[in-house]
Amino acid sequence: MNLATPRTGGMLALAAVIAILPLLLPNSFYYDIVILIGINAIVCIGLNLLIGYTGQISLGHAGFFGIGAYFSGILGANYGWPAFASMLAGAAFVAAVSFIIARPIMKLKGHYLAMGTLGMGIIISIVLTQEGDLTGGPDGMPVPPFSVFGFSLYGEKTWYWVVGVSLLITVWLALNLVDSPVGRALRSVHGSEVAAETLGVNVPHYKVQVFVTSAVIASFAGSLFAHYAGFITPDEAGFVHSIELVTMVVLGGMASTFGAVVGAAILTVLPQLLTVFHDYEMLVFGTILIGTMIFMRRGLVPTIAALFGERKE
Amino acid sequence: MSLLRLENLSRSFGGIDAVDNLSFAVEPGPIHSIIGPNGAGKTTLFNLITGLYKPSSGKIFFNESDITGKHPWQLAGLGLARTFQNLQIFFNMSAVENVMVGMHLKSDTRFHASLLRFKSIVTGDRLNRERAAELLNFVDLGDYVGSETSSMPYGALKRLEIARALAADPSVLLLDEPAAGLNPAETESVDSLIQKVAANSVTVILVEHDMRLVMGVSDHIFVLEGGRLLAEGKAYDIRHNPDVVAAYLGESGRVR
Repeated sequence: MNLATPRTGGMLALAAVIAILPLLLPNSFYYDIVILIGINAIVCIGLNLLIGYTGQISLGHAGFFGIGAYFSGILGANYGWPAFASMLAGAAFVAAVSFIIARPIMKLKGHYLAMGTLGMGIIISIVLTQEGDLTGGPDGMPVPPFSVFGFSLYGEKTWYWVVGVSLLITVWLALNLVDSPVGRALRSVHGSEVAAETLGVNVPHYKVQVFVTSAVIASFAGSLFAHYAGFITPDEAGFVHSIELVTMVVLGGMASTFGAVVGAAILTVLPQLLTVFHDYEMLVFGTILIGTMIFMRRGLVPTIAALFGERKE
Repeated sequence: MSLLRLENLSRSFGGIDAVDNLSFAVEPGPIHSIIGPNGAGKTTLFNLITGLYKPSSGKIFFNESDITGKHPWQLAGLGLARTFQNLQIFFNMSAVENVMVGMHLKSDTRFHASLLRFKSIVTGDRLNRERAAELLNFVDLGDYVGSETSSMPYGALKRLEIARALAADPSVLLLDEPAAGLNPAETESVDSLIQKVAANSVTVILVEHDMRLVMGVSDHIFVLEGGRLLAEGKAYDIRHNPDVVAAYLGESGRVR
C-alpha cells in the first residue's frame, strides 16, 4: 500500500501556472498584481506553518516583512551594500529578533498570544515610523534596484520570474518540512500539546523554531518587495498588513500550503476589483474573515479538496 | 531494584492535597493497577509521573535515578509512555501519522535535513510508516491504517492512543482508563490487548474503574484514597481487604 502523501502533483500544477500565466497577462499592470500575489503568497506559506500547522497565531508578521524591507532599503541606499548581502543581513537580524521575542511570547496561548504578537508588530511599525533619520519616517524611503553580478533587475517581466521561482522554492521547502518528522512534531503541537510532550516532542523548542522560520520567510519576502517596488513605507510593517496576511491564510486554508497561495491570490486581486470601494476595503476583508469562519472553517482549498474526496468514494 | 519509586510525593491544588505524601514502589513485572474512588488522585499521580505536573514536594525515581521535575519529553526518552483518560488524539493527522509522532525521538529531526528533504528523511519516514502500520495491526486497527482520525469511532481512537504510545518503544506504559466509555465487548478486547502488550515485556501501569478488568489482569494493585496509599497487594488480597471494601468497593463488593 502506498501510504506516502501525494506532493509532486501540486508542485507541477503551480509550476505550470507560473509558466503559462505570462501568455495571458496583457500588460505590466497585470504583471504587477501577479508579482504582489507571489510575494504575499511567500509570506503566507511561512505564516501558515505557524498558524495552520502548529496552531499558533501571529498578528504581527508584517513587522518581520517590514524589517526585511527596511534592511534592504537602509543598507542598500545609505550604505551601498549589495542586494544579496542586505537581504541576508535582514534575514539574520529577523532570525535573532524573532528568536529573542519567541522565547517568552510563545509561552502565551490563544487570545494572549494574539495580543502579544499584535503588540510586537505595532512596536516594530512605530520604530520604523519614528526613526526618521534611518527610515525616512512616515514618508517612506527609496530602495535601490536588486543587482546581481552587475545586472540590475528591472521591469515587471524580469521580476515575475524572480518572484515565481522564489515562490516555487518556498512551496517546495514548506511541503518538505510538513511531510517530515519535524513537520509531524509541529502538527502534533496543534493537535494536542500534552500528548506531543509525552511522546518526546520538545514543544517550546518547536514553537520557537516555527516562529523564527516564518519570520525569516517574511523577511526575505519583504526584501524582495522592497527591491521590486523601489519604495517602501512603514505601512508595509503595519497592523493592517498583518491582518491581511492572516486573512489570506484563513481564507485559503489552514494547514494547506497551496491554500496559502490561493488565499494570497484572491485577497491581492480583490482590492483591485474593488477600487471603487477603496474606503471599505477593511470592511470587505473583515466580512470575508467572518464568512470563512462561519461557512468553511477549514478554508477554501481543504474544503474543496474534501468535497472532491467524498465524490471519489 | 524497583522500576518506579515514589518518595513522600505530594501535589496540592490550592488547599486540596490531590496527592498527599505518597510513597510506594512498582517492581518490574507485567501489569500493575492503581485504583481508588473518584478524586483519589490517580490521574494527578499519572501527570506527576509523566512530568505534566511538577510535584509540590517529594521525589520520583525511575530505574533508581531521580526524575523529579524532568520535562515530559525528557521522560519519554527514558522509556515512559502514556495514554489519556480524555482522548488526546492529533485530529489534524491521519491514524498512521499519529503513530509516527510516537517515533519522534528515534527519527531524523534535523531542521535543514527536513527542509531540503535529505535521503535520511525519505528512508526514515518509509520505515516509520511501515512500523506504524504494524503497530496499528498489533492493536487491531489494521482497517484504519489509511484513515483520517476524524472519521474513526471512539473505541478505535482509544486503541490508536495505545499504538502511538507503544511507537516510542517504552519500558513502562501508563494507561489512564483505557476501558472508560467502552461497551463490555470492547472492554474484553482491551483486556486482551493489555495482556498482549505486557507479554511484549512492557510493564503496564493501569488506572481503571472497571473492576472486572482490573481484578482480571493485574499482578499487583495499589489502592489510593484521598491522595494516600490505602492498600497494595494481589487482586485476591485487595478484594478481601476490609479497608478497601469499605472505602471503595462498598458493601456489595464483599458479596461479589
